[in-house]
Amino acid sequence: MSAASISQPTGPLAPGGNLRRRQIASRVAELMATAAAVLAIAALVLVIYTVVVRGAGKISFDFIFSTYPTGVGPMLLGTLEIALIGTLMAMPIGVLIALYLTEYSGAKGARTLKLVLDLLNGLPSIILGLFAFIAFVEYRGQSGFAGSMALAIIELPLIARGSQEVLQLVPGSLREASDALGIARWRSVLTVVLPTALGGIITSTVLAVARAAGETAPLILNSSNFDGKTFVLNPFEPMPNIPTWIYKLSEEGNPEGFNEAWGMSLILVFIILVSSLGARALLARSTRKLSSS
Amino acid sequence: MSASASAAPRAAGRGTRVSPLRRRGDRFGDRFLLGICLAAALVAGGTIFLVGYQIVHGASPAISKFGLGFVTDTEWQPNFGVFGAGVLLFGTAVTSAFALLLGGPIAIAIGLFLTLLAPKGVGAVIGPLVELLAAIPSVILGFWGLLVLAPFLQEHVEPFLHDHLGFIPIFGEPKTTGLSLFTASLILTIMVIPIIASITRDLFRSVPVELQDGASALGATRWEVVRGIILPTTSSGVIAACILGLGRALGEAIAVSQVIGAGFQIKSSLFETGNTLAAQIALQFPGALTELHKASLYYCGVILLVIGLTANLLAQWIGNRFGYAGVVAR
Repeated sequence: MSAASISQPTGPLAPGGNLRRRQIASRVAELMATAAAVLAIAALVLVIYTVVVRGAGKISFDFIFSTYPTGVGPMLLGTLEIALIGTLMAMPIGVLIALYLTEYSGAKGARTLKLVLDLLNGLPSIILGLFAFIAFVEYRGQSGFAGSMALAIIELPLIARGSQEVLQLVPGSLREASDALGIARWRSVLTVVLPTALGGIITSTVLAVARAAGETAPLILNSSNFDGKTFVLNPFEPMPNIPTWIYKLSEEGNPEGFNEAWGMSLILVFIILVSSLGARALLARSTRKLSSS
Repeated sequence: MSASASAAPRAAGRGTRVSPLRRRGDRFGDRFLLGICLAAALVAGGTIFLVGYQIVHGASPAISKFGLGFVTDTEWQPNFGVFGAGVLLFGTAVTSAFALLLGGPIAIAIGLFLTLLAPKGVGAVIGPLVELLAAIPSVILGFWGLLVLAPFLQEHVEPFLHDHLGFIPIFGEPKTTGLSLFTASLILTIMVIPIIASITRDLFRSVPVELQDGASALGATRWEVVRGIILPTTSSGVIAACILGLGRALGEAIAVSQVIGAGFQIKSSLFETGNTLAAQIALQFPGALTELHKASLYYCGVILLVIGLTANLLAQWIGNRFGYAGVVAR
């Protein structure tokens, strides 16, 4: 076959035989990979489409801001407050861990600490819910604070790893310049390194909050004992929250309840998608800025 | 900064020397910052131990009553004080394995698509979108599974599979509700895909371009580059990614409890109801009355914790090995 094609330089250049088979196999593989990507996007679009179409009818000013049964204002407030308190607990610790990883620890310590963070990240959220129950609810009864505590443990590794990645991007030349000026380590960390990375740290925190705000498992164990008829501000009482209420309605099997649940799903999905898409875009921007400088 | 401002004139007067006051302040500041950073790191480590200790402590009545037999015992009757996690372990294993078998290849294919096939602009859109799949709260995914996916599967997919592949025992007679191990597996598949896809994408990107170009120059087709270069150099990392995905699937409680139907028997068909360890905790813990019932649910948590931590450690270990291999390859 090769001899024939050498003797006939003007012969057809289309591949034949074995090569043709290999190229078809490659083309089939490419198509399947593309199909896999399309499938995943289709699943995302389908879920969000359903939530939007079925939930849009419920959305109104009253639904968002009034108390139950007209609206779900207390649940919305509770979800935001639980997430906020969890973040206030997790963020300082997470950022300090990130600083320890980038500024202080040796290679061995960093490896151990990263392993710990990965293990924390891998803990199922229901386990953290059980933990918060033992640590808090057993003694004080249900409360939003117990839920916040579980969410803080979920957020901690995300914030620490995210901040660490941003801190690593802070150019070494900045640290060296500050060392050359004879500035103490802690001053250069607080006044040079942290401010440079601040944007990235905040956006990775927002990403962690977006992830935690939709967590349900810790909350149904620790803050499910509410009726939603009043706004609750005290975190040491059971706080109404959206995920638990959606779960409750989905278990009840009542069509009007389903409609409410779709409406709440839409609110939750909207908050989470907007904040995580926004944070992603900002993170990409600040990463680009840091790596180019 | 205020301390340095007050010290500045004196420092200027003595040339470049720093005032002793400021030096002492700096020494304290350095120690203090290192101290609180270290303390934060210890909090992270302590949290893991505390979680493990508390869960085991909560489970201790059930552990001392049922022993290891709890793991294989299939009776779960709260009214009679009889508890065994056999059915739950079975359901957990089946749904997670199925999710991984289905989701793993899809996710790896997406990773390949994003690294090799997608034009830059398209990849920059699709990559984050796939990751967004992980951002959908599990309660909403479960709710969607309950009202949209389960009826659809029950009406169309399950009868089809039963008619054509019914000779395989896992594709038994469809039930009336659509709540089944099968539906739960598919929901878990959706949750596993973004995790594995984003890790494998980063892995595939790390494969040296020279190797790929070399293979192409020798006449390899794109698929042959993938099979001969990309997959072999990243195989251990891909396995680690799959184990991480498995860990996620094992521990998912909410979405699974919404669509699995809370069955309490081991059956061969995927279209039957079942239950998992995590889902059982979510379903029964809020209403658990006796101490033994609670302790048994904590025991389920202990099993989950052991499996989850093992899976994670295994993934990290394999991943570290890959890290060294990658360094050597360069």
